[in-house]
Amino acid sequence: MVTRTVHESDRTDTDLTDTDLTGARSASGAVLEVTGLAVEYVTDGDPVRACADVTFTLRRGEILGVAGESGSGKSTLITALTRLQRPPAVTTAGSIVFHPRDGGPAVDLVTASPRTLRALRWTSLSIVLQSAMDALNPVMRLGAQFADVLRTHDRSLSRDAAWTRAAELLATVGISGDRVRSYPHELSGGMRQRASIALALACRPELVVMDEPTTAVDVVMQRQILAQVLRLRRTLGFAVVFVTHDLSLLLELADRIAIMYAGRVVELGTAQEIYDEPRHPYTRGLRDSFPPLRAPLRRLTGIPGTPPDLRRPPSGCPFHPRCAARFDGCDTHLPGLVAAGGHAVACRLHDPAATGRPADTGQQDRAARPDRTAGPEGGAR
Amino acid sequence: MTATTVPATSAPGTTVPEAPVLEAVDVTKHFAVRSAVGARSVVRAVEGGTLALHRGRVVALVGESGSGKTTLARLLAGFYAPTSGEIRLEGTPVRRRRGRVERGYHRDVQLIFQDPFGSLNPLHRVRHNLERPLRLHHAVRGRAELDRRVRELLERVALTPVEQYVDKFPHELSGGQRQRVVIARALAVEPKVLLGDEPISMLDVSIRLEMLNLLDRLRSEDGLALLYITHDIASARYLCDDIVVMYAGEMVEGGPKEQVIAAPQHPYTRLLVESSPDPGRGARDREALFDADADSLGEPPSLIDPPAGCRFHPRCPFAMDVCRTQAPPRTDLGGGRWARCWLHPEGRAGELDRPGTDAGTDAGPVAEHATDRTTQENQ
Amino acid sequence: MSAVRSGLLRGWKVRVGLSVIVFFVLLALLGPWLTAAVPGLDPRANDLTAIGQPPSAQHWLGTTQFGQDVLAQTIEGARGSLFVGFLSAVIGTALAILVGLPAGYFGGRTDSWLNFLSNLFIVMPVLPLILIVAGYMQGTGLWVIALIIGFFGWSGGARTIRAQAMSVSNRDFVLAMRTLGEPHHRLLFHEVLPHLTGWIAAMFLQGVIGGVMAEAGLAFLGISDSGAISWGTMIQAAQQQSAVLRGMWWWFVPPGLCIALVATAATLVNFGVDELSNPKLRTVRRSVVRRTRDRAGRASRADRADGVVGETRVGSDA
Repeated sequence: MVTRTVHESDRTDTDLTDTDLTGARSASGAVLEVTGLAVEYVTDGDPVRACADVTFTLRRGEILGVAGESGSGKSTLITALTRLQRPPAVTTAGSIVFHPRDGGPAVDLVTASPRTLRALRWTSLSIVLQSAMDALNPVMRLGAQFADVLRTHDRSLSRDAAWTRAAELLATVGISGDRVRSYPHELSGGMRQRASIALALACRPELVVMDEPTTAVDVVMQRQILAQVLRLRRTLGFAVVFVTHDLSLLLELADRIAIMYAGRVVELGTAQEIYDEPRHPYTRGLRDSFPPLRAPLRRLTGIPGTPPDLRRPPSGCPFHPRCAARFDGCDTHLPGLVAAGGHAVACRLHDPAATGRPADTGQQDRAARPDRTAGPEGGAR
Repeated sequence: MTATTVPATSAPGTTVPEAPVLEAVDVTKHFAVRSAVGARSVVRAVEGGTLALHRGRVVALVGESGSGKTTLARLLAGFYAPTSGEIRLEGTPVRRRRGRVERGYHRDVQLIFQDPFGSLNPLHRVRHNLERPLRLHHAVRGRAELDRRVRELLERVALTPVEQYVDKFPHELSGGQRQRVVIARALAVEPKVLLGDEPISMLDVSIRLEMLNLLDRLRSEDGLALLYITHDIASARYLCDDIVVMYAGEMVEGGPKEQVIAAPQHPYTRLLVESSPDPGRGARDREALFDADADSLGEPPSLIDPPAGCRFHPRCPFAMDVCRTQAPPRTDLGGGRWARCWLHPEGRAGELDRPGTDAGTDAGPVAEHATDRTTQENQ
Repeated sequence: MSAVRSGLLRGWKVRVGLSVIVFFVLLALLGPWLTAAVPGLDPRANDLTAIGQPPSAQHWLGTTQFGQDVLAQTIEGARGSLFVGFLSAVIGTALAILVGLPAGYFGGRTDSWLNFLSNLFIVMPVLPLILIVAGYMQGTGLWVIALIIGFFGWSGGARTIRAQAMSVSNRDFVLAMRTLGEPHHRLLFHEVLPHLTGWIAAMFLQGVIGGVMAEAGLAFLGISDSGAISWGTMIQAAQQQSAVLRGMWWWFVPPGLCIALVATAATLVNFGVDELSNPKLRTVRRSVVRRTRDRAGRASRADRADGVVGETRVGSDA
């Protein structure tokens, strides 16, 4: 019962946060407002909560990176945002409000009818998947797939015009126009991924959701693809939700980054803020899990322990079993996402009500972190 | 962050005290493939692979997928017989019976697979996996002795308390714990060489470093020779002493890690380093990073019909006539460094040091054309 | 493993199938005791007072043209039919494993030879061959019938085992254990074979169905042990005495129905085994879909009701 009351009070915190964020978002051009989104997987036993309390705003033309490890709920979030989820996954709470560019009425994607969703897909909202082979039809020529999409949403377009447009679209991602007559298997992996990006952009959507689009390609190709996405974004002005496990990539690419852990957003801030002054111990650990390419090497330790099993989530803050900075109450109190000047964090270290200490305990934290695998030679490098 | 800020570390590659434990000498591996219409062709997976692993040292083999790095690892692990060339274990060429290495070979050389989910039999407990090599290689009999050795192994890979793990099935363990079991199993043999084929790429980001630290400890405590295969040049820098870069089945550059990363002496290495994400580079200069060489730089060629001459020439901003006809010789650059690029014999190596990514653009159309050709030939 | 077992038993198909099979196996095992214990239930005794009688209080399933009790014969026939079914399935499965497993594991020349062998048995005209062999061994017992059926019926299964063994053998853990120096026989029987359990179980059940059917078919063609009683010999006897023309349905319906029941039961169990070894076949259970809808419906109702989203989740959080 004690836990219950604590949750209620935390809930109030989150509500306050929401209002804080609302002030910032006002009509300053939000494309997507996600509020209190919860997604569960129905099982034989208790439902598994894969996403809980996810709240963020995507501004027009912004790249929002979502970083998380396996089981952090980032893929679940993607399917919920695009309404591509199937049973046993179900959105149990929250709203995903989409604001069309032309000033039309806002649409809540959670309650939208299939018909409304169909009208929005491609023209307003599109998705790029990890594997381009999943997005492209293997038995259709590229041009035919583009023409399909284009003509479904613009019935006046003639077949020839659609194929010409397909060639133009392919050219925008650096694939020569004569490739419209190719089948997907005739392209290399990188080309296929670029083609699927062009396909996602065919109807000039306002929002593109990218689910690890470069995980299956090599680093050189990854750079090329991302450069093209950035360039296209500048000309077309779409917003991007970019989901990946590779925080180092997001630090270079994204405007703002949301860090997910155990189905919750634990920190949300600009790429600069996340890199320079991460507030959540998990974010800091994640940042320090990527060895630098040029900066002087020092011994890094990653984060001890393993990500939680969502079927049996830890009580209180889901990160507390792995957290070196935990203190009394972390195992019973679930912190809400609290914003301070746009940089939001869900950690009791930064909650004045929970701790009498000043918010920034970064140094202590690093010193206190147990080093499980440190060998005697630890200091050698 | 420019290259010059990196401190020139003690350059451990300069002196090699003892003979290599395991080496590949000019090994080549070709695979015969048959297409649907029955035409035979040959995949030149590895050509001219030369690599030496020393006691207590880590060599990183860096390359993109399809560069032949896994094939080389499997050649070294004795899964394939080289088409030509030689694998030497402590100076002695490896003998084979009907294409398979003798069992004794694996007493010295063990491989760690990429996928910790696939390399443990889901039907066997942790204990079984560790007891088998103990029984096979050290004739350990008797419950008490087995238990003691199993406990030792698990403690070495930091799976403690041992009781909590020893009777678990693989599916009850996380990815990182599984990979520790895989490493413990390899260690049970007490090998001299550990070959890691992307041992951390399937693990969660936050536990990768623990695994790298574990490998590092093994090499310094037990004096293992370690080959670390990866596509992630930043993790290679963290763990290894020397880096060897592979491209399209060939080794293009090698040397002490800091020098290779800070001042690449091959255009491909430079491209690879520049393309790798670096959190230190940060959000500050995103546009410059992603816009400068946005033109297509092509893709690695088909290994069935690789380009004549230097295999990188269709994508190379410095390509000369000689690059299109003759394979570049290996140029020794001193201090354990070498590169296979015509820029060095031609005396144009200075151009590589020039920072800047604009070089990619002038070869853009050529590269595009060449890639198109190779992909068409692939069909 | 217990998870596997409980997963297997959860589906209704498996439960129904298994209970039917267990029932018949018990019938076969306890048959002689049953027929001996109940007076008048002797499969071989000829009751000359009741010849070709329809079901009655004295003979629950009626009697044959020879005055034999059909119920007693059906019980005794279960013994014969299931004996042939199981024995031939054991022989066929064993042969399939012996040929398929090394073929898939070793590959290369071993594979070519063994695969040639199983292909040979696939294209062989099996039925005429069985007729010839059985004719040659005229008047032998059910043992021989089972042997013949098993010996000619393994080739399809061998191909399945070969394909599966090939894919398992190429998995990393087999390679890893080989690198550790495990000998081939350990790799074959401790690493590869356990992964084929599902396939082997399915094959075995298929073999039981095939054996029971084949025995009935052979008996119908007159190839059988004249002294033994099985469902096949019952149908054959009924056929010879023109039971159909005389309207003596009680003579051939019980054995026919039993064969159909055993075959259906084995197939049902097979579905379950299949779903277990190939999760893609597993459909989302109806209860899950229903509950999914319930939750979604509740969430959207809550939205509409109070305008504030997310109230429902707080309570369930604690």
